[in-house]
This record gives sequence, structure tokens and C-alpha cells, in this order.
Amino acid sequence: MERRDFIKIGGAGMGALMLPLSGIAVSADQMLDKPMDVAYKKKLADIALNAAKAKGATYADARIGRYLNQFVTTRETRVDNIVNTESAGIGVRVIANGTWGFASTSNMTPDSVAQAAERAVAVAMANSKFQTSPVKLAPVKGVGEVSWQTPIKKNAMEVPIKDKVDLLLSVNDAAMSNGANYITSILFLVNEQKYFASTDGSYIDQDIHRLWAPFFATGIGKNGFKQRNALGNPVGMGFEYLDGLEKDKVRISGAGVGYNNSYDMVEDAAAAGKQLKKKLAAKSVEPGKYDLVLDPAHLMLTIHESVGHPLELDRVLGYEANYAGTSFATLDKWKSGKFQYGSDIVNLFADKTQPYSLGNVGYDDEGVKTKQWDLVKDGILVNYQATRDQVHMIDQNESHGCSYSQSWRDVQFQRMSNVSLKPNEKDISAEDVIKDVEKGIYIAGRGSFSIDQQRYNFQFGGQLFYEIKDGKIVDQIEDVAYQSNTQEFWNKCTQLAGKSDYRVGGSFFDGKGQPSQVSAVSHGCPTTRFNDINVINTARNV
Amino acid sequence: MTILSEQKSKTLLAKVLKYSKADEIECNLEGKVGGNIRYARNTVSTAGEESDLELIVQSTFGKRMGVATINEFDDASLEKVVRRSEELAKLAPENEELMPLFGKQKYAESKTFFESTANVTPDDRAEAAASSITPSKKNKLVAAGFLEEAVTFSAIMNNKGLFAYNKATDVDFSVTIRTEDGKGSGWATRNFSDYKLLDTAKASDIAITKSKGSVDAKAMEPGKYTVILEPAASVGLIRNMMRSFEQRGADEGRSFLSYKAKDGEDSEKAPKNKLGQKMFDERVNIYSDPQHPIAPTAPFSGNGYPLAKTEWIKDGVIANMPNSPYWAKKTGMPYVPRGENIIMIGGDESLQDMIKSTRRGVLVTRLWYIRALDPQTLLYTGLTRDGTFYIENGKIKYPIKNFRFNESPIVMLNNIEALGKPERIDGHMIPPMKIRDFTFSSLSDAV
Repeated sequence: MERRDFIKIGGAGMGALMLPLSGIAVSADQMLDKPMDVAYKKKLADIALNAAKAKGATYADARIGRYLNQFVTTRETRVDNIVNTESAGIGVRVIANGTWGFASTSNMTPDSVAQAAERAVAVAMANSKFQTSPVKLAPVKGVGEVSWQTPIKKNAMEVPIKDKVDLLLSVNDAAMSNGANYITSILFLVNEQKYFASTDGSYIDQDIHRLWAPFFATGIGKNGFKQRNALGNPVGMGFEYLDGLEKDKVRISGAGVGYNNSYDMVEDAAAAGKQLKKKLAAKSVEPGKYDLVLDPAHLMLTIHESVGHPLELDRVLGYEANYAGTSFATLDKWKSGKFQYGSDIVNLFADKTQPYSLGNVGYDDEGVKTKQWDLVKDGILVNYQATRDQVHMIDQNESHGCSYSQSWRDVQFQRMSNVSLKPNEKDISAEDVIKDVEKGIYIAGRGSFSIDQQRYNFQFGGQLFYEIKDGKIVDQIEDVAYQSNTQEFWNKCTQLAGKSDYRVGGSFFDGKGQPSQVSAVSHGCPTTRFNDINVINTARNV
Repeated sequence: MTILSEQKSKTLLAKVLKYSKADEIECNLEGKVGGNIRYARNTVSTAGEESDLELIVQSTFGKRMGVATINEFDDASLEKVVRRSEELAKLAPENEELMPLFGKQKYAESKTFFESTANVTPDDRAEAAASSITPSKKNKLVAAGFLEEAVTFSAIMNNKGLFAYNKATDVDFSVTIRTEDGKGSGWATRNFSDYKLLDTAKASDIAITKSKGSVDAKAMEPGKYTVILEPAASVGLIRNMMRSFEQRGADEGRSFLSYKAKDGEDSEKAPKNKLGQKMFDERVNIYSDPQHPIAPTAPFSGNGYPLAKTEWIKDGVIANMPNSPYWAKKTGMPYVPRGENIIMIGGDESLQDMIKSTRRGVLVTRLWYIRALDPQTLLYTGLTRDGTFYIENGKIKYPIKNFRFNESPIVMLNNIEALGKPERIDGHMIPPMKIRDFTFSSLSDAV
């Protein structure tokens, strides 16, 4: 994605965080004004589909999008930025001469829409000379005119800016009055109003909401500084996520609080301040083999990187070879029916219908109704994540509904579904998972993460590290990262907590593709134990 | 239409300013026309064209600021975006750090625009794809690549008399060529302002050579090795380090550039940051220069302040740190805007010369998935990818399996054995580097 399409969020620890800004901004109070009329969207979509067919397209889809973002950035006692953006336009995708073509426009006059459709056909025709085998789509029955909405209770776009500012400044105060020296806190709010139409006869209107409320706190000590980021999750929810309900808190003896579908941001910030003081004084980890007990707010990212990405079929097939990479989970391993991805207690599933998750939609961006399916069953690799044009390559005739585009402007392609780890059927607690560990480390929160282009070798850090001795959490330690190999790691999975401990975390800005696009995806899991994992010390003198 | 001339931009922005009721208003106009082609499995997978024009309006009342943007340009829309930015400004709390806008400025000209890039057609893009796909098929290899070119412009006007305009072109090409059995992989990338300089066939040929040459890689023990980092390998670490160059974070004690008072030293009187201190080998010289002939940038920053050649590291010494107008004023320092490009001085040696003079070492094509481990030591982790080779007695001996590294660019730039001739990479100029004692921490099976 182009540099100019981003607003960079300043502040320590924020270097990698960027928010797409590609559209027009409107005031908060006008955020919901003038929704695009569904009948008009249908009319425009039909113009695009008919224009494409008239030029020779054998298939066409049109996505009319209105994308609203709001973000509020604060630092210590002041507000750095309040930005509202709105972006609207249409993207038309076609198959002509057996080849994909795409074009988009922000000019939604009938003429401009028809021209975009014609351009898409021209692109397809021009590129068809390289096509070795024509695009083959899995069948999708048209659903007629339908609609779907994220089940939100409080529309975040309707919450007054003052309330948002007050919340973030309270968060900053809680962190600083408990030990943090600096803090940046942010609200990211997203509303995708998407209309999809295809020559299959579908006209799908969806209203999708997402929210993320991170903070980045820093504590300065005599010998350096430490950072502690928020433990809350990005979610497919409204502003109700920030109600901080007790029923959604999981208290881990000796460690702190984990959050499920409701987040107490002020409480977490206060804890961050206290934990920063401990981090500055904590002993540095002794490198070696440890049993790791991974909190869901940490393990979600390990699932994302070591299961979600390698089981994307486009990567397996080589479509991402020049950028994100390919995958170790090759078709021969899947076909064998015996590939032991993890130990037999490991069950990983994909599910775009999971409530409160970032990937929860009614239909994907090529009109496929979303569903749940198994990826790893009793430790064995059983399936991938695929789109309509790929699924025939794994001898299936039903798309998994994994198509997504970040905006009307970009072409849709295969993106990760929510991928989650099933909890233990026995509803045991996180403490039960810890109690059998003689020498271990409990890790909470997402930290540094890095994995190779085929998803074998990875190294992950975290936010909080606790030494476990003889079945109990002892105290905070620092400078921890673990290195492993995906298959080896998942085969060392020895214990899972039950459904009461199951929590859903996620990634708000997952990047893939060229030009790069972001998507948001969630991962649910319980507290989970992995035995005998290599831990390194990340402290270094320079 | 989306690339406006200087005069048209001036006329449009002047019209926008007339709608303003704010104390201060600053408008940015940004446009882009571009195209791309993506291919994989020896066939084109996606291709498209993009054009957009965006107006960003920042209004200020006292210490309150609001920003709104729009991509419609009729009179009603222009007035609407101004009103919206003013409304947001009124909703925003006061920000004591808000600084006044700059007045009229003078800019040196940067040659950032090349007709050759502006004239790229869909057929040219298809040709680029063919230059990888055809030889790959011939060699029983599999090509995946991406070409994207664009014309962009940016204009800034405020109600203090400032106006700036720049038009630029850019083309990016990258290709990964793998063996059919997936046991070998090679990669090459090119980035220019002038499309005429791009030779996609030559770049593809390098990827083909590396792909064939990387089959049946041997495993070497992780540890400290002398490495030759091609510019594409070191640019990620250098860029990450330069992103961390910033005066405020250093002064606040949360940067690798923060000064830690020594035992017995009065911390109040001690410097807050490492400005003027030697941190790297004396051969390390890094600066930004909008007028660089091969990697030029616009001659102004986003707030319209002129960008001039600025040294960041001079003979291994911290020469300047970027800051904000607020922090500059607070600390009594000159305002130093962040540069758009990173220019690192090298030597005359070619990559081949550097290999010839190496008794035992590792040639690294590129580094992948670089992530920070510790912001105070700038320790990063990541992996080698798409062409890692063992060098012995001046020759590439055999391909080796990829490594994970855990290393800091601070250490790296203190362990320099040699610097080669800089090349443009991702808009920067970076030399190939021979580095001793580079830390590889584990092996990866990835090809």
C-alpha cells in the first residue's frame, strides 16, 4: 500500500502501527448521515454487471463500499489527533477469456461505473495471453437480495467524541499514577458498509463493525526502559466491548486479568503501570528449555502465524511466493491424511460465523455464505482455507468463504478466516494447566513475532512473563522469547484449559498481497501448555 | 485529471482557503495515477490501474485542531470539507503542543519526475511479466513477481503564505523464481524513479541463477559469521534504525539514543541524548538528500518546511536527530525535519569484489520478517530468504539453509569489514556490506 494512504501514529512503541486513510473525513456527528440507498446500489451494480457481460465477461461481481473509520489518539494528558474518514466507490471484477480482470472508481455515476467494468474486461483480455488454464469457479447459488449486520449493542460511531477522549485520558492517568512514565492510547473504529452483487444473482448488503483500543505504556528505570502494551483485543463488536464487565474477566492467580468479550481498559492500564515497575526490576531469564503456559491474549498470535497463514491455500499453491511466501503444509502432506500437525489434543478450526470476532461476516467478498470447518482434527491436517477459484485444486466444490478486500478500490483475494483452537472438553482452569509444571514460564500478551516464509521456524516474545516453579507462578521475569518449529511446537501441546477460559483475540492489521492489503482476523483459544520449548534471552549489551 | 499541474493546484487550494473561518488553515492535495501487474505460477494472477485525488484540510482555532479529507472537488464539497475540519477542531481539546504554521518558504528543485515512468502502458507491464515467465518456463522454473509504477504529486498551501508543489514517479519490481520441486528459490528487486533504468529481464536472470544455485542447501551450525549483506538484506535493519532516530524519545529516556548518566555523573547536568557521540565505525556516514540524483524525493516535508541535505551519522558520530517544531523550541534546538530518503555512503567495491576478498563467510540476498526485540538496544530478529550461500576462499562454495538472526544494527555498524558501491533500494541508497560476527541464532527449513 502506498505511503500516502497511511497516517502514521506517533509515539514510542508505535512505529509499526499505521491506519489506512483513504477517503473523505466527516465529523463524528455526521458519521451516519446519508447512508447509500440500497436500491441505488443495486442499480449501479447492475450497470457494472451488464457492462461487463456486454464486453464479453463470463462472470462479474461488483462491490460498492462505504468505509468509515474514526481514530482518536492521546498521549499522557493530551489529545494528539481526532480523525474521521469516509471512502466510497465501486470495484468491478470480471472473468473474460478465462482470466481475471479488475478496475475500480470513486466516481459512481452510471457512465463511470460502466467504464470501470469495461476496463476490467480489457485488463482480463490483455492478460489472458499468459493464462495456461482458465479460472474455474466453485458454484455459488445466487441468494437474491439479503442483508447482514455485525451484532453490535452500541454503535461506536454514535458515541460522542468527548466520551472517547475522557476514556482514553482516564486510561493514561491510571497507567501514569501507577508507575508508567509515558503512554499513548488509541481508539480505532471501523465500519464497512459493503454491497456485493454478482452475475450469479446475489445482492448482499452488509454493515460490519470493528473496534480496537490499544495502549502503549513505557516505564523508565535507572538502567533503561520497558514497555507494556494493552491486553485487550480487537473485536467485531460495538462500543459495548469497553464496558469492562466482570463476567468477561478471567483472573489468573499470581499473574493478573485476562479479558474475553468485554474489556476494562482503565483497570488494564493501572495494572500496566504496576507491572512496568516490576518489569524494570525483574530478573532476566536464564535461556534453556521450559514448559510454556500461554495465555490466550498471547497464543492467538502464535495460532495466527503458525496455523492461520500456512493453511491459506493461495500460499500453499504459490500465489504469494513473491511476498508473504509459500507454506510447509504442502498438498502431499494434506493428501496423505496422516500429517501430524500437532498432538492428538490439538483441534484447530476456521469459523467466519464466530460472534464478536473480527472476521465475522454473513457473506465473504465473493458472495459465499460463511461457515465453520476443521483445519486440524485430532492433530491431523484435514483442510485449508480457500476461495471460489482455488477450491477445485483441493478436489472440493464448495468455497470456504475466505475472500476479502480492504476497500472498494482493491481487488478481493484469499484472506485468513478466524482460526481457533478448541478448548478442553473438561472445563479445567488456567491454574489447572499450570499446576503440573515444574519449571516453566507463563506468557501473556503479544510481543515481538517473526516467522519464516514457509512457516517453519518462529520466534515469539510477549508482554508479561512469569516464572513457574513447582506448579505455581512465582514472579515476573524479563527478556523472554521462544524459538521453535511449527510442527514440533504443536506436537508438544500437552494440556488445554476448558471453555470457561476460552478467549478470542485478534489482529487488526494483518498484511498480505501485492499491492499490500490489510484485513482483520480473530483467533480463539484457551490457556495452553507446550512442553520443553527453547527459550532465549533477548537482552544484549551494545 | 488526478495529476494536477502546479498552477491548477495553486488555483484549487486558493479557492479552498477562501472558505476558511479558522485562525489557521493548511491544505494538502495529493494525487496518484498508477498501474500494477502481479503474476505467480508462471501466469498473471491480478492486474489493475488506480487513480485517486485527495484533499486534506487542517483547521486550527487557538490550540484546537481538526483534520478532514475529501476526494470530491465541486464547490459544495470543498466548502463542506473546510467546515468539517473546523467542526472537528472545535470538538478537540486544547493541545498545548500545537505550533503555528510556517510562512512562505523557498525550495530547491528535485528531479523526481520522469516521463518514461508516466508513459508505462499495460503492454509494458505484460512485457515485464513475460521477461520473468518466459525464461522461467524455459528453465523449468516457476516465477512469481510484481511490477507497480505510479505518478504522484503533492501540493501544500496555508493561510500564512506557504505554497509547495512536487510531482514524482516511481517504479517497483520484484520477482521470486523457484524450482518446480520447491527446493530452490531466488529473488531480485529493483526500484527507480526513471522506468528507463529498469531491466526486468536482467533482474529475472539474477533470480533464476539464485534459484538454480540454491537447490539442496546444506545446513550450517548457527553462530557468529562474517556476512556479506546485499543492499536488499541490510536496508530493513538500517531503515528500522533510522525510524528510531528521534530527539524527543531520546531526551525522554526511551530510545537507543538516550544518554544514561554514568556513575557519579550529575544526571541533571548530563546530556539527555547521544548527539555528538560516536556510536558506530567511522566509515558509517548516513544522510538524507532530496536532490540525490538516483534516489530523489520531494524537497519539502508534510508541513511544507523545506527539506535540505541533512547528515544523521557523520564518521560514526550522531550528527543530527529529527525533532518536531514543538520539541525543537522546548529544547532550544533547531527544527530538523525527518528526511524522506536514507543515503549511506559506501565504497567502490562491487559485490563480486567483496566475495573475492572473503575467506569464509555467508552471502545474504535478503532478510525477512524483521521484528524488534528490544528498542533500547535495537535488537532485531528475522530470517534470511531466497538465496543464502556459503563463501570460501573468495568463491561461492554452496547454498546453505536459511538462518534466523538476532542482531542489532548498532553492533552490525560497528563490525564493518568493507562497504561496497551503494545501490538504490526501496527509495534509499544502501551499499553492500561485509560484516563480521553477525549473529545467526537458529536454522530454518524454509526455502
